[in-house]
Amino acid sequence: MKITYREALRLAMHEAMTADPRVFLMGEDVGSYGGSYAVSKGLLDAFGPERIRDTPLSELGFVGAGVGAALGGMRPIVEVMTVNFSLLALDAIVNTAATLRHMSGGQFSVPLVVRMATGAGRQLAAQHSHSLENWYAHVPGIRVLAPATVADARGMLGPALADPDPVIIFEHAQLYNMEEELPSDWHCDITHAAVRRPGTRLTLITYGGSLPKALQAAHELSGEGIEVEVIDLRVLRPLDTDTINASVRKTQHAVIVDEGWKTGSLAAEIMARIMEDCFYELDAPVARVCSAEVPIPYAKHLEEAALPQVPKIVAAIKEVLHV
Amino acid sequence: MNPKTKTQIRETQAASLKMLADMLRIRHMEEKCAEVYGAGKIRGFLHLYIGEEACAVGALSALAAEDNVLATYREHAHALMRGVPMRAIMAEMYGKAAGCCRGHGGSMHLFDAGRRFYGGNAIVGGGLPLAVGLALADKMQGIQRVTACFFGEGAMAEGAFHESMNLAALWQLPVLFCCENNLYAMGTALARSESQTDLCAKAASYKIPAVKVDGMDVRAVHETTLQAAQKVRANGGPAFMEYATYRYRAHSMFDPDLYRDKAEIEQWKQRGPIHSFTTQLKAAGQLTEADFLVLDARAEAEVADAVAFAEAADPEPASELLRDVCTPAEAI
Repeated sequence: MKITYREALRLAMHEAMTADPRVFLMGEDVGSYGGSYAVSKGLLDAFGPERIRDTPLSELGFVGAGVGAALGGMRPIVEVMTVNFSLLALDAIVNTAATLRHMSGGQFSVPLVVRMATGAGRQLAAQHSHSLENWYAHVPGIRVLAPATVADARGMLGPALADPDPVIIFEHAQLYNMEEELPSDWHCDITHAAVRRPGTRLTLITYGGSLPKALQAAHELSGEGIEVEVIDLRVLRPLDTDTINASVRKTQHAVIVDEGWKTGSLAAEIMARIMEDCFYELDAPVARVCSAEVPIPYAKHLEEAALPQVPKIVAAIKEVLHV
Repeated sequence: MNPKTKTQIRETQAASLKMLADMLRIRHMEEKCAEVYGAGKIRGFLHLYIGEEACAVGALSALAAEDNVLATYREHAHALMRGVPMRAIMAEMYGKAAGCCRGHGGSMHLFDAGRRFYGGNAIVGGGLPLAVGLALADKMQGIQRVTACFFGEGAMAEGAFHESMNLAALWQLPVLFCCENNLYAMGTALARSESQTDLCAKAASYKIPAVKVDGMDVRAVHETTLQAAQKVRANGGPAFMEYATYRYRAHSMFDPDLYRDKAEIEQWKQRGPIHSFTTQLKAAGQLTEADFLVLDARAEAEVADAVAFAEAADPEPASELLRDVCTPAEAI
């Protein structure tokens, strides 16, 4: 059965709310409007306004209330419209959700799931388009996930809700309409990266909205006889370095694609890990393709120029391989 | 109204003496904290509650054991009143494994899950959205419980305050907002930071019933909080309390206290909660000087015991540094 990424996310929420009365969804326009990206469309009719809870425009208030509700025995799913808006709730996530367990000497867990859209590509300009996943991936005490396939969109929520600690799920805005076959086993391991395409010459590491671009680049290079192994991180914190290392040791080359800005990026962290663990097995310096260091612009041609694109990925791979 | 029975009078008297004893416990504990801080035994930030004792004692004695309590970074008294042993509080400040948070939290982050004490929050206003969420969880689970959230008047300038008040009123959640107005947000006087200094008017603007009470009068705090908590418990919606109080010490041990008039501090000391309550009880024939000295000595002895316990306790081994960052896999 082919379904969209959006439908997969909705199915996952429907299933979780049916299975566990402690699960509820709250956020801006998740109810009557159906979700700003229409992910929760129809859930209000199915579960009612108590469990599909429209909130005022109070990111700090309702994300913080999500932390409190999690402490109080519920299993809240809090939807924030975009990662840009989540900056208004950083205090609740970074200062509170991530710290409570440690600060209290292990007395409190915060079983909270925060979902938010991330990324560019819809001409929404500089306050709706950024990729700030690495800000959250920097912080101990939270798990950070990025589903890049329909199967992961379907499978990540269940284990995220079962995690006793806070989990942030980044949904790339460009993926909501993506349609794929939902495999019969869509269950997802939220501790490991996934090898999306096997290869021998180079390891291409990416996540989220950049996965389709990475796979396209690998496909094009395959036509030239260059077999690239594509790794989808899936889990941005804690990083699955074992999967990365195993692939890099095999291919001895690596390129990272990350829609975040290069400076201080997840790509930088992955490069550092490869240096720490695989330096002597590398045949060439590791390269990366990131977004240009600019607030994401509105105009279509400028936005496209700012983002990692297939030709840039292909070029970076060829440079690393000297081909 | 029927005249009080002898039993009722005895109960009232016992409750009064308990409140006095608790204020003395807090006062002595806080004074000892300042002393051992001076000796370098406690480090980091230390915010003392001296002068404000009537608020925590009066308010927390009006709550039930099953209620939720959240407090600020000036929360030693709230933890103690919630029933956290003084030994565990002192050991926490000493950074010892026997502390209520294994020495991970310190003075500003005292927690006790069993006593439903949710901290200890060093972000001004940080507890307010949590209180809303805890109350929401109770409402959704059909649990009749009050969530009392303490914060200073400085927190009322934060967006978190306004967002939380709106959510609690909009969703009719059982939150008791307890504002300890000690007139200064660190060194900034209320009138220098708020366009509207009538704090109850702010709460009322969210259609939340609001009451101001003399925070130096432990009995008034207790009675008023009891009534407000009963309403919250019965009706489910929120209420707001303003306790007009004053801290005698500086904001923290780092604060040279240059922003307050010494005469103002002296004026408030004349209305000291322990002094005035002691005078009232003596005048009513409920307390003798000998009784007072017994309570005072008991409080001092408890503090001495807590300090000795903290001194002797073992530190958390550094090998435990990373414990409790995430839930261990075997516990899931």
